[in-house]
Amino acid sequence: MRKQLSNWGNYPALDCEEAAFSVEEQLQQYVDTHEHIIARGNGRCYGDASLSEHSISTLRYDKVLAFDEAEGVFECQSGITLDQVLDITVPKGWFLPVTPGTKFITIGGAVASDVHGKNHHAEGSFSNHIISMRVLTGKGLLTCSPSQETDLFWATCGGMGLTGVISTVKFRLKKIETAYIKQKQIKAKNLDEIIRLFDEHKHYTYSMAWIDCLQKGDSFGRSILIVGEHAKPYELNEKQRAAPLKLPMKGKLTVPFNLPGFVLNNFTVKTFNALYYAKNYKRVIENVVPYEPFFYPLDAIHHWNRGYGKDGFVQYQFVLPLAQKDGLTAILRRIGEKGWGSFLAVLKVFGHQDDLISFPMEGYTLALDFPVRKGLFAFLDELDALVLEYGGRLYLSKDARMQQEVFWNSYPNARKFESIVQAYNPGGKFRSVQSDRLHFDYGSNS
Amino acid sequence: MPTVLILGAGSDMAVAIARKYASAGYSIQLAARNPAQLHALERDLKIRHQVTATSHAFDALHFDSHPSFYQSLPVQPDVVISVFGYLGDQEKGQSDWQEASRILHTNYTGAVSILNVAAEAMAARNSGTIIGISSVAGDRGRMSNYLYGSAKAGFTAYLSGLRNRLFHAGVHVMTVQPGFVDTQMTQHLTLPPLLTAKPAEVANDIFKAAGKKKNVLYTKWFWRYIMLIITSVPEFMFKKLKL
Repeated sequence: MRKQLSNWGNYPALDCEEAAFSVEEQLQQYVDTHEHIIARGNGRCYGDASLSEHSISTLRYDKVLAFDEAEGVFECQSGITLDQVLDITVPKGWFLPVTPGTKFITIGGAVASDVHGKNHHAEGSFSNHIISMRVLTGKGLLTCSPSQETDLFWATCGGMGLTGVISTVKFRLKKIETAYIKQKQIKAKNLDEIIRLFDEHKHYTYSMAWIDCLQKGDSFGRSILIVGEHAKPYELNEKQRAAPLKLPMKGKLTVPFNLPGFVLNNFTVKTFNALYYAKNYKRVIENVVPYEPFFYPLDAIHHWNRGYGKDGFVQYQFVLPLAQKDGLTAILRRIGEKGWGSFLAVLKVFGHQDDLISFPMEGYTLALDFPVRKGLFAFLDELDALVLEYGGRLYLSKDARMQQEVFWNSYPNARKFESIVQAYNPGGKFRSVQSDRLHFDYGSNS
Repeated sequence: MPTVLILGAGSDMAVAIARKYASAGYSIQLAARNPAQLHALERDLKIRHQVTATSHAFDALHFDSHPSFYQSLPVQPDVVISVFGYLGDQEKGQSDWQEASRILHTNYTGAVSILNVAAEAMAARNSGTIIGISSVAGDRGRMSNYLYGSAKAGFTAYLSGLRNRLFHAGVHVMTVQPGFVDTQMTQHLTLPPLLTAKPAEVANDIFKAAGKKKNVLYTKWFWRYIMLIITSVPEFMFKKLKL
């Protein structure tokens, strides 16, 4: 069916042919008879990475193939969403090894973006937990793993679907004793303090911070650090302990339509940040909460992206090497001066990672939303220049607009990745609006 | 636990129905032309819902095989749901009898053939439920799909007669009249989002209505009223429309 497709940022919106499949044979047949294909899961990447002339939806390809409850090994088709995986595994005492801030992404998307979570510094990104997977490449259906077809494996993890359509994935889960998180929230008055707090709390499995980008002077970079561990049964109250693995009730709020753009203006953003900061009236709060509000606070509001109006928004996420704290200060200052940022800015310190094309590297990552407006892209180009200057890079899953040079100059293995893509996807049968925008050379199909 | 047999288990609607019944604890029998393609769903149902699930070869067009297919099921089902259907290509079917007969035989003759077998078995033990997925397209013939529509009209009439007969034998028959549903069958059509149901919504409606022993279910519910309007347009006007 031909329709307007856009991903979570509602920008860009493009006229695409969308098809679906529920068994592998249908996928194979589709791939054999079409060109310019990109797999698309639940549309939760922000920009144009899963848009193409032919977007093939994996959502009906969502079967669980195996779940070893003793060993915690899960195998499924790529279109299943994380919330479904959790519904199945949590009652049996197993959790996702890595989860981003929404559970409404597919497993295929988790691999293609090589997603990271609050535990990156301790447990790495999603690819770190994959046992093996099957990918329908331009050269047929291939099985790959960290020890088999390793080129294909590492070019598929974080490879934005350019090696082909991920068919099935087998990965390790993480043992839990309860469905709860023991969390601690600590207020930091400024950027120096939050960076120090990250370091002091790096033994926690999970950590991230909300940062207020609009503060100046002494309060520049004021934040709330949130750290947590999977709670032990004895840490629960009596009612929780009765059913420690029972799933919490599901939230039902939704933003039913696009709000007018002015709803999220500078005034409301500032007010929100002030209220958010003030709600933690004590410097340190410790409590036990269900895993959902801890990992997925925004999932409780369906379609929160509509809050930015019909023009949409881009989420800007970069990472800078650990040594570049000055760079973080410089970029935050620039964002603060401009005052166009969102009420959502997430700061996290990544652990070491040095994979072929995955986004994370040891250092600081900051993510915030910018509603699309006149002059925004020129401003983001300025930020890109700063990110490059300090040796950082941007997250492809959030990207909708970066200039090609920024990508090629910031990912050190970009050309090697491109040559592997050429080997498995000769001629560029699989390509997205994003990969075309970045001017990938797919080689020739002969 | 009761057992439900799903005929035409490869379709999106069938997957949703199977998951709905499995979530309520039913044992699931999946039947489709190519059972190898059902194995992923079979495993999925077992893992998600800890139920028994089996896959079986069934071809709606092989009428002669229907009695032995039904006899060979490991357990006689308590609920039989006929989900299979073939929309086909109306224009092609107008001049190509192969296509036309495939549309008619899949949607009507094949369904009658297998449900006759199920009906006899259920009548003999005075219990059971038969659910037939027909279509609002059967409520009035339109130029864009009257081959499919006429077969579904026949199927709807069959179900109503079967309901009348089996009521006296303690067997319930429910007719399901879905409107637009977002499935692979309709993938090539541009459907109005507000009028289009997700397969899971249809499955929920079916499960709930079957529990209440509803006779005719329109899903989504407003299709009853849409079809009321469409069927009340006088024929001399209706024939001039291009629907």
